[in-house]
Amino acid sequence: MSETAAAPIPVTVLTGYLGSGKTTLLNRILSEDHGKKYAVIVNEFGEIGIDNDLIVESDEEIYEMNNGCVCCTVRGDLVRVVEGLTRRKGRFDAILVETTGLADPVPVAQTFFMDEDVRAKTQLDAVVALVDAKHLPMRLKDAREAEDQIAFADVVLLNKTDLVTPEELAKVEATVRAINPHAVIHRTERAGIDLTKVLGQSAFDLKRVLEDDPAFLEAAAQAHDDHVCGPDCDHDHHHHDHHGHDHHHHDHGHSHDHHAVSPIHDVTVTSISLRGGPLDPKKFFPWIQALTQEQGPNILRLKGIIAFDGDPDRYVVQGVHMIIEGDHQRPWRDDEAKLSRLVFIGRKLDAEELEAGFAACAAKVKAPA
Amino acid sequence: MPSIAAYEFGDFVETACFLKDRPAFALADGTLRLPAGGEKALTLHEGGLLCAVVDEFGKRLLSGGEDGRVVATADGETSQELASIGRKWVGAVAGGPNGAIGFASGRSAWFQPAKGDLKELKHERTVEGLAFAPKGTRLATARYDGASLFFPATDAAPVSLDWKGAHLAASFSPDGRFLVTMMQENALHGWRIDDGKHMRMTGYPAKVKDWSWSAKGKFLATSGAPAAILWPFSGKDGPMGKAPLELGTRGDSVVTAVACHPAEDMLAVGYQDGMILAVRFADSKEALLRRGGASPLRTMAWDAKGGLLAFGAENGEAGVVDIAG
Repeated sequence: MSETAAAPIPVTVLTGYLGSGKTTLLNRILSEDHGKKYAVIVNEFGEIGIDNDLIVESDEEIYEMNNGCVCCTVRGDLVRVVEGLTRRKGRFDAILVETTGLADPVPVAQTFFMDEDVRAKTQLDAVVALVDAKHLPMRLKDAREAEDQIAFADVVLLNKTDLVTPEELAKVEATVRAINPHAVIHRTERAGIDLTKVLGQSAFDLKRVLEDDPAFLEAAAQAHDDHVCGPDCDHDHHHHDHHGHDHHHHDHGHSHDHHAVSPIHDVTVTSISLRGGPLDPKKFFPWIQALTQEQGPNILRLKGIIAFDGDPDRYVVQGVHMIIEGDHQRPWRDDEAKLSRLVFIGRKLDAEELEAGFAACAAKVKAPA
Repeated sequence: MPSIAAYEFGDFVETACFLKDRPAFALADGTLRLPAGGEKALTLHEGGLLCAVVDEFGKRLLSGGEDGRVVATADGETSQELASIGRKWVGAVAGGPNGAIGFASGRSAWFQPAKGDLKELKHERTVEGLAFAPKGTRLATARYDGASLFFPATDAAPVSLDWKGAHLAASFSPDGRFLVTMMQENALHGWRIDDGKHMRMTGYPAKVKDWSWSAKGKFLATSGAPAAILWPFSGKDGPMGKAPLELGTRGDSVVTAVACHPAEDMLAVGYQDGMILAVRFADSKEALLRRGGASPLRTMAWDAKGGLLAFGAENGEAGVVDIAG
């Protein structure tokens, strides 16, 4: 079949609670001289100070598909607007989607996987969440959306850092980490950030997913979960999983976190990190497919690098709810240990069951310790 | 052997049609091109054109754009602004009896009679598409979880036709007995208007993006599969319990545009690879009208006599096929 050969247009999704600084960031992206032209989809023209032909207002429309399956939701307005925008070549280089403070990020992301037209013409680049450092603890008490936005993000801008003390900031950052151990966190004031850290992230590109995160597998090797952090991050944020297998995150009623007990009290999202040696593809694929079918509603994001027994290439997987995709990424380098790692972020995840299922996928010959 | 006059517009062709027997092409860049007898371009919308449909009542082209305007042109030489709603995108338009029009933007549809005031019909969810019934001033809107039927000249509450899911476009059967919608899923849905009886038309491997009623309204031809799928609408239950006709089946492509001949039971089928076939309903006999192109066909239309077929593709390739050669 012939396909339109044009390269897919990258799409960046900006989420964040009201007052977190989205509009400030958007205005910066639109006014800074970066040589790129953006089309921007907003819920309300509101306070965007820039006059631009390509700012489009749309009412957020959650469309359930397949007879109301809660997992199969897309944003109908994005389908329509993106279809309209992408018909004309060369008008802009990338699309920004600004969501309302209360928006669920999942349907936004799923639109770029589930709608065949949108999928053919665009590539979801990254979900960026802005967090108001001062008000996050309050938000987490009253709004599940605020937590979802962080849990779902690839990049978190911990904004308004000038309004909190270093101790408060450390606590808030630990909370963000507890919700999403794998997002890249940047601390900002007035959304001041080098835009190359927000745009062009390829966070959903299977060829690049996790490639810029060498710590992902290293962490597996060390059974230790450090991660890329803000430039001046000097505090201890190893709030989770120091020992690989022996404790879990599914129960926040009694947090095991020793630094940030009080904010994490309001966290309902958990992340579960699974590690092992080479896997048997004949066991892994049926397992992950059944798992995402059955537990899709509870899985916000999943990401992993898989070493298949006897396979010279790294296999990467990523998923959103019930959507899962995987592909060979690149050959394993000689200096890399062939390890498998899979991370789930979601709610009501049963860590023991996941670990047992994952362990059962191990290739027979070189079973992991 | 058919001959083709080929054109290259360089921009997405939204709608191909004939205006006063001349081929005309409405492009996503907001212009209308009249290539025959000297290149002419009429600007319909600044910024961009989002939708354009032939108004079968008024024999004119109606379009909506990013500039928030609804525009009509009958001859392709001049245009009239029929409505303007500011900075919002006009995503759907429809022509009705006696010069009336309907259009939609966001969570509203508007009804504009030829003489009289613009009337806003508010909806709870986005109005994705609309259509006028062939007789009487009745307007259907496609929206989330179904369709609404208005008598927009009156203040009567709309009749709600419910079916779960997102409905993106609407069309009445030429006899006015049925309303059909395209869905976000790979399916159509239909209702018998008298009693609201449902008709599910599913099984498509891709989204249905184009449809066309056959000359006598016996079939609704649709895109979205390796063949053109024609649902029979002649019986009192419409297509229920009947198998659709499948015409122009190809193993290596997908039908993206369809246009029923204005007189014969014959269909032009356009494919993702740019090929166009003419197929007869009675015996499925095929004739090649265009070998292929570089882009999916988006739109096709016959002239009133049925001798010429105008077509346009997503990359701006377009042309007119003369089937007599």
